[in-house]
Amino acid sequence: MRVRREYLEDLEKLKSDVLRMGELAQMAAKNAIEALVNHDKDLAARILEENSVIDGVEFEIENRCMRLLALQQPMAIDLRTIGTSLKIITDFDRISDLAGDIAEIVLKIADEPYAKPLIDIPRISEITQGMIADCLEAFESQRIEKLEDFSERDDLVDALFGQIRRELISIMIENPRTITSVSHLIFIGLHQERIADHACNIASRIVYMVTGERRKLE
Amino acid sequence: MSKIEMKGLSVYYGNGTVHALKDVNMKIEANKITALIGPSGCGKTTFLRALNRMNELIRVRTEGEVLIDGIDIYSKKVDVIQLRKKVGMVFQQPNPFPMSIYDNVAYGPRIHGVRNRELDGIVEESLKKAALWDEVKDRLEENAFGFSGGQQQRLCIARALAVNPEIILFDEPCSSLDPISTARIEELLSKLKREYTIVIVTHNMQQAARISDFTAFFLMGELIECGKTPQIFERPRDKRTEDYITGRFG
Repeated sequence: MRVRREYLEDLEKLKSDVLRMGELAQMAAKNAIEALVNHDKDLAARILEENSVIDGVEFEIENRCMRLLALQQPMAIDLRTIGTSLKIITDFDRISDLAGDIAEIVLKIADEPYAKPLIDIPRISEITQGMIADCLEAFESQRIEKLEDFSERDDLVDALFGQIRRELISIMIENPRTITSVSHLIFIGLHQERIADHACNIASRIVYMVTGERRKLE
Repeated sequence: MSKIEMKGLSVYYGNGTVHALKDVNMKIEANKITALIGPSGCGKTTFLRALNRMNELIRVRTEGEVLIDGIDIYSKKVDVIQLRKKVGMVFQQPNPFPMSIYDNVAYGPRIHGVRNRELDGIVEESLKKAALWDEVKDRLEENAFGFSGGQQQRLCIARALAVNPEIILFDEPCSSLDPISTARIEELLSKLKREYTIVIVTHNMQQAARISDFTAFFLMGELIECGKTPQIFERPRDKRTEDYITGRFG
């Protein structure tokens, strides 16, 4: 017979809410690049609207964590799960904010053709999507094998962003009239690079949640 | 430095039919608080009582060694009276003697031959160490039963301190106390560890987490895991410890 049924149900609800928030953040990041690639201003506007939903889920999770800490005095894996949840929801929130920032740029630049074909930005998006998906899977399954190469994946994102920046700077030098639109693309690359950093933070926290050991993935 | 060391400690009750402690090997550090946790009947109190041979008051068989400062307390050469002077004990229910505050604290030293001014000094110092002096200094001749449960428990601690022990064993000392009295005792324990080695049995895991330096988890007579308290409560090594402290037992 299991004891503390209500407590365990609360913990399960916490985990499912964290996963839900993570999926919403992941979807926002994915849609932001889709909106960019397809010049889709409607999709960009929807991302901005849905940001408030994510904020709401974050508050719910925070309240649940505080209640569990105050009333249940969790220990060991439970304590680590709650501590991890409190930390990673901030990263999920930042990911959705960055997706919102990209969406705002899309609303400004989608009516004009872009200064160059989008190749590396969708590639970065694919990598960061994979990172967030692996975080969510690891949080749910408590298996961290897929998080082990996050440092390498983050390095790849950094390298791709460096490449984008160099390429876009040379375009601006060649044709200064493109500075406004091209600098928007640089910011999109930067936002994606930040999303990968947040995914690394989340992965580090999940490694701690599962193993009890603190290890920085970056 | 370890003050106490158990080597292969086993305790049997009921003519050997109940194996209450099973081959326990453990070290207890000097000037630290070691908390013993585990479900009812797991052997915590038996373990505690093995440290000053209190189990001998009932029919038990004890095997293995309990070394205090390197000397096996189960050796025939050891004087049990001296042992219990060195290893004091405070119980679950406050159990003052039916006499005045002064006489309660003076009881042990008097048995050991202390008299007059020296006795007054010991009573005052013990009550001060037990954080009770300010509350009772003008009422030393009043009967101990007239004081609150928390005060009575601190009186019992003062009584244990009066014979100048090196180790103090606490068997759930706060289980009958309200939160404020509990907080006072916990604060007191944290101060006392500077001078004494403390071993405490508690059912309250938050208490163990708050006050102890080391925690040992017992289950069905076995020592499952012993380690630094933050490690035990944050990342226990054994699944059974984790199941117990997260309340997934039963």
